[in-house]
Amino acid sequence: MDLLDELEARSIAILREAYFRVTPLAMLWSMGKDSTALLWLVRKAFLGIVPFPVVLLDTEMELPEVYAFRDRIAAEWSLDLRNELCPPEASIDPSLPPATRAAARKTAGLRALIEREKYRGIIVGIRRDEQATRAKERVFSPRGADGAWDVKRQPPELWDVYHTGIADGQHLRIHPLLHWTELDVWRYTERENIPFVSLYLTREGMRYRSLGEKNITVPIASNAASLAEIIAELETTITPERAGRVMDHEAEDAFERLRTGGYM
Amino acid sequence: MIASNQRTLTQVSVVAVGHVDHGKSTLIGRLLHDTGNLPEQRLNEMRQASERRGVGFEWSFVLDALQSERDQAVTIDTTRIWLRLPGREVVLIDAPGHKEFLRNMVTGASDADAALLVVDAHEGVSEQTRRHALLLELIGVRRAIVAINKMDSVQYSEKRYENIRAELRALLERVGVEASAFVPISARDGDNVARASGRMPWYEGPTILAALLALPGRANSTQEGLRIAVQGVLRRAQERIVVGRIESGSLAAGDDILISPGRRAARVRTIETWPPDGTTRAGAGSSVAFTLEGSPFADRGDIVSDPEHEPALATEIRARFLWLGAEPLRAGRRLTFRFGTRSAAVEVVTLERVIAIDALEQQESGVARCNDVAEAVFKSRYVLTVDDAAAHPSLARFILIDGLDMVGGGTILAALNSAPAREARDLVPSGHLLDSSARAWRNGHRGAVIWLTGLPASGKSTLAMQVERRLFELGFNAYVLDGDNVRAGLCNDLGFSADDRRENVRRVGEVAALFADAGTIAIAAFISPYRSDRERARHAAGPIFHEVFIKADPALCEARDPKGQYQRARAGTLANFTGVTGDYEAPLQPELVIDTGELSVSDATERLLRYVENAVSLEHRG
Repeated sequence: MDLLDELEARSIAILREAYFRVTPLAMLWSMGKDSTALLWLVRKAFLGIVPFPVVLLDTEMELPEVYAFRDRIAAEWSLDLRNELCPPEASIDPSLPPATRAAARKTAGLRALIEREKYRGIIVGIRRDEQATRAKERVFSPRGADGAWDVKRQPPELWDVYHTGIADGQHLRIHPLLHWTELDVWRYTERENIPFVSLYLTREGMRYRSLGEKNITVPIASNAASLAEIIAELETTITPERAGRVMDHEAEDAFERLRTGGYM
Repeated sequence: MIASNQRTLTQVSVVAVGHVDHGKSTLIGRLLHDTGNLPEQRLNEMRQASERRGVGFEWSFVLDALQSERDQAVTIDTTRIWLRLPGREVVLIDAPGHKEFLRNMVTGASDADAALLVVDAHEGVSEQTRRHALLLELIGVRRAIVAINKMDSVQYSEKRYENIRAELRALLERVGVEASAFVPISARDGDNVARASGRMPWYEGPTILAALLALPGRANSTQEGLRIAVQGVLRRAQERIVVGRIESGSLAAGDDILISPGRRAARVRTIETWPPDGTTRAGAGSSVAFTLEGSPFADRGDIVSDPEHEPALATEIRARFLWLGAEPLRAGRRLTFRFGTRSAAVEVVTLERVIAIDALEQQESGVARCNDVAEAVFKSRYVLTVDDAAAHPSLARFILIDGLDMVGGGTILAALNSAPAREARDLVPSGHLLDSSARAWRNGHRGAVIWLTGLPASGKSTLAMQVERRLFELGFNAYVLDGDNVRAGLCNDLGFSADDRRENVRRVGEVAALFADAGTIAIAAFISPYRSDRERARHAAGPIFHEVFIKADPALCEARDPKGQYQRARAGTLANFTGVTGDYEAPLQPELVIDTGELSVSDATERLLRYVENAVSLEHRG
């Protein structure tokens, strides 16, 4: 097995554990490269089908190409797609810095979704190498009734013997891509020929490296016009992936505040 | 599409452990910087964060991302960072050194192939150094690079280095961890981290970086013998597709396999993949999906092996583990034991010893406190598949669960009463607790009424007897009530009139309910043609009543006619015979339907057995 085979086998095992042990279950899909690769892994794990609802936390601020990609893939892959409209920014904690506050709309949307659908498991395509507080995540990460992440009292998690016990009203965030890196995802996308939004490729010297809402994400300078060129670029850069995510850099604790509040 | 990058990256995960303040996070920060893996932007953010707190530049801020970690200058939770080196990727796992966060240290270590053990040259080996070394072995990390840090604080003294090295060498040997290098470093200044230091000319060994590059890569199990912990069964149309991860060995279409603990023999029909790629074989490490010939049953928690290397079956297990529960652990405590994909209710029979951290010696002790490493004998109410850690380490690892909390984890050392499942065992200790959960506990399963109803010759008795025998073999208490044994005594005052038959069914319903209340699985095999009678039996037993409709085409039953009753009824010499001269009211909402016209006896037995096992299980499922 090569590294991608190892990563894939582990993710599939995690997805199957989630499926057999946590119900009801749903998966978040942002149409970005990570959650799209994750959807592909779900189809591998369940032999061509996606056996749970796929939810977009919609702020109505995604780029048009992203919405077009959503509609195409949802139809081609027969997804049970749920578009969850997030509450307006006016209803979000005003003490948060502006971009962080905009991002927190998704937290509120997710909370409303879980409350209504009584999900006990939410599959999310975050990775440890993306961001320092995500690096501290568990694969099966319990959340309080309010969705909050109690980062100082995370339960132990040993090997791949996962514990899924939670009280009523709580839910588990399940992270099958936690052990992947940005490069791994692109190499896998290339190997498996997984579709992706064209915004990741260069247009007039700029491309999106990390795809968020249009109001809080900026493209980077890049001439990468193909997957191979993205991979070559990433093999040499040490600039962080989320450099173009405004909210990560507004304040030292911005992302930690988002995540302890229930952000993905 | 042609892959742009054909080179194979090898990855190795390394956990940094050691006493708090001995400099783990600093070493990792320095390593990142000196190997060109730390972005300028991150460096700037760290400078600002350091200034904001009025402290000198803190390398550890790379890893200690949480506000409370930075404010208190202590690592709370484990984290990861990727170190890209030529031809190799090292995943550095930073683990907290503070005793309070031991659960997070083992969480980090459990994902590692090797350890980076950091020891302060001035302070030397501490209690926490010993504890971490011991835990590495327990968690399964058997190789370590030792960094003797803060050499600047001991004037780069070779003598000090040699003393600490000797002490550490003895310690690691004792716990069973192999040291691949002892590197004297000053992490803060970068001496011997990524480049050789001119301040310690007496040292000729590798730098930390060189030692990391020299670690052997991750290897898939090369153990002989197939092991798959079954995660579950996917259904596709009529097919049952078994899924799980191959822990060792390989699996190919046509292979004969054994499914334990039921020891059911089966043969692999196909390996399934999506997209379909014609694969017929899968090797160790892969997450596999496969179908079986015929319809033998495999289910979540089962272990698939090849017939030559079957796992031991046992109900008593000796294990070594880290106890993380808030309450001290003593004999008699009931917990859930989870390993592979199985979980089982267990009781601590004896807490044999705890390991004293200062001397690393075993001490007889009847109590384990939080963060103690202890050895105990656990008794399961079910027959469990047990592999020893040497042959199948991944299946010998377990976690302990108490209610909703994970309270420990460790390694199975031995199966104590290893034996084939077909041997009946006395699983019943003495005890006088009389609530139903205590009774269920003692028996290892709940009581139940399994009520088999159906036409004469539909197969009720045959199935009942088969399932009773199988349940007995698996350690369950089960007893069949049928016409033969109740009419011998309990109902020997009753004849075969409609009223007498109803009374017969009423008595059986009451007796079955008493059996079930006493903790037994009462299997009642009666035609019981009337819904109202069966509803009365359900009422007597309550929610532990399970109606099973043994369905078979009436013509088929008549053709079977093992006792010649259909023939006699047709000839008019047997009155009021259900199916000929008496009505049969089929169940409207039975808990289970078994069509004995479609299933063979063994398949029908397996299906009913599975149902009953599930229905009476004490297992915490998920």
